[in-house]
Amino acid sequence: MFNRLITRLFLLDQTPKEHYSALKRNIIAVMLLITIVPLATMLVINYFQYRSHLRSQIIAPLYAMAEKTRHSFELFLNQRLATIRFISTTYSYQDLNDEQKIKKILISLKKEWQGFVDIGLIDSEGKLVSYAGPYSLVGKNYSDQLSFKETQIKGKYISDVFLGHRKFPHIIIAVQHLTDSGQSWIIRATIDTDFFNGLISSMGLPRLTDSFLINQEGILQTDSLYYGNTLEKWPLKLPRATSRPGSAEQSDNQNRNVIIVSSEFSITDYVLVIVQPQSVALKSWHVLQTEMIVIFLISLTIILVAILKMADVMVKRIKTSDENREAALAELQHAQKLSSIGRLAAGVAHEINNPLAIINEKAGLMGDLIELSANFDKKEKFSDLAKGIINSVSRCKKITHRLLGFSKRIQVHIEPININSVISEVLDFLEKDILYRKIDIVVDFSENLSLIQSDHGQLQQILINLLTNAFAAVDDFGRVDIHSKNIEDDGVRILIEDNGCGMPADVIKNIFDPFFSTKKEKGTGLGLSITYGIIKKLGGKISVDSQLKKGSVFIIDLPAKPNNQE
Amino acid sequence: MKNKKTRILLVDDEIEFITTLAERLELRGYTVKITQDGESGISTLASTPFDIAIIDLMMPGLNGIDTLRQIKEICPDLPVILLTGHGSTKDGMEGMRIGAFDFLMKPLDINELMLKIKLALGEAPKG
Repeated sequence: MFNRLITRLFLLDQTPKEHYSALKRNIIAVMLLITIVPLATMLVINYFQYRSHLRSQIIAPLYAMAEKTRHSFELFLNQRLATIRFISTTYSYQDLNDEQKIKKILISLKKEWQGFVDIGLIDSEGKLVSYAGPYSLVGKNYSDQLSFKETQIKGKYISDVFLGHRKFPHIIIAVQHLTDSGQSWIIRATIDTDFFNGLISSMGLPRLTDSFLINQEGILQTDSLYYGNTLEKWPLKLPRATSRPGSAEQSDNQNRNVIIVSSEFSITDYVLVIVQPQSVALKSWHVLQTEMIVIFLISLTIILVAILKMADVMVKRIKTSDENREAALAELQHAQKLSSIGRLAAGVAHEINNPLAIINEKAGLMGDLIELSANFDKKEKFSDLAKGIINSVSRCKKITHRLLGFSKRIQVHIEPININSVISEVLDFLEKDILYRKIDIVVDFSENLSLIQSDHGQLQQILINLLTNAFAAVDDFGRVDIHSKNIEDDGVRILIEDNGCGMPADVIKNIFDPFFSTKKEKGTGLGLSITYGIIKKLGGKISVDSQLKKGSVFIIDLPAKPNNQE
Repeated sequence: MKNKKTRILLVDDEIEFITTLAERLELRGYTVKITQDGESGISTLASTPFDIAIIDLMMPGLNGIDTLRQIKEICPDLPVILLTGHGSTKDGMEGMRIGAFDFLMKPLDINELMLKIKLALGEAPKG
């Protein structure tokens, strides 16, 4: 299954050009898949983990602040409640019903405790019997009011904020007192809520953060920065609250996404609410989020560039390797073809050589007989005819010997060789080229050139390669000089110099490398490489000197005998 | 013309070739005996004295090189010229290594053959 997938992805059955572009595309796709999927997965996991962790870290201080402030509120209210309860137990009904005494009590309360506005005594019927404060409330009946009923039932009462006669927000705290004789009365005190606002101000809220009290119906008990003044309806929904503070995320009436933290009072129906815009609360999360995305995008870009580059290099290498393999295969096929042709030519040449020898002798004998005969009509003509046959045989002999000689290239035979003869043979072989292109061949052979032990066929091959290259380098009517001379240790030097196009330094550097060719499609790039290999094998060396537009000279030094023959 | 005719033994399986070559050599004053294989060439040499032998390298049965070896055993001083139709000097060189005077490639140039014969018999100056 996996193998089949790999085969389908990378061993494509298309034309070569499409093959490489499809291969490149598939390599890129697979590499992207195996690098980006884990990276993206890691990013998503990290995103949610960090978000969850950071949110809890961000909301925790808000919880703490809500709890602390609620506690301060409750402490304030409990202190007021305890004070009223203390008065109810310390003073008798008669004491409290004394106008002077109750006024003194109010003065003391105002002096010791912040927020008290008035204080009154209500009898068991709900009638205010005694009062100290700014209003004239004595005789007012509270029996049908919630504060009276609630106090009668629970023994204490803390009201929601309301606007009194002075239109200032305040609350009522009431405590019931029961005497041993079963008589009951209620002390009712009014407290203004300036302290509430002071407590909220002292919370040290961050920028754009709002905090306020609401009751269970959502009516603001203190002023809010963004959601109205005291006794207005708060427009949002309270988060579900349990014993612990609750939190929720909502969009407010100003279309801000906000985090709401609430903490319910235990002694009254108040709820302390803190509202913070997410832009403030999650600022550090947003910074981290941006950093994560930027890092991901940078990684993605680097991966993408690396993958594209790698795929390009890989496919180019595969392509070069394929081309080299094909070139080597073509060269091998070419060599095999040449070998087959060589063997065939050798067979044909050998078979023709024997009849040629007979024709030669017969014509020779004919000539001999004509020469020895007395003069007869057209004797000279017959003599010429016989010579013509011999000359033709001589031409055929050259061809058959050349064919036989070249067919021997495939086998290595070390034998004494006169390099001048080999050069002459090769020039004979290339005669047609030289004639057609009118190339000026200048030969400068050393007359006393040493015989060397070498392989005739392989020397022919290297000379053919070098001379063919020289002919390719020159224009028609160009000039190729061939020199031979003795060098030290009985070796021989051959120089093949042309006045052709020459080569730049970067070409010279690679000229003997396999598959390096300046002939584009026309060459396999193996000719000079093979030449170099053969010369090395024969114990010689080859070097080249070239000047662009002036020509090149190849210098071949051959030893007296190959290394392994010593 | 020489007083005593030079005797040449021609050994080659190609009868058309050697009969014609023999005739040409005879026209040039030599006495020529032909045989068509190595064995008969050796037996002819064992029974009859010759001044020079011309032997083809490629023959059925005993080839030219082996024939030369055996001839050198019975007539070490007899000059032998080898003929090769291979177009390669390799066998010729091998023949010279084991005692042949020289070798020539087919088809022959009669003048070259004459020169080699004279050189072998010491009748022409070397070089």
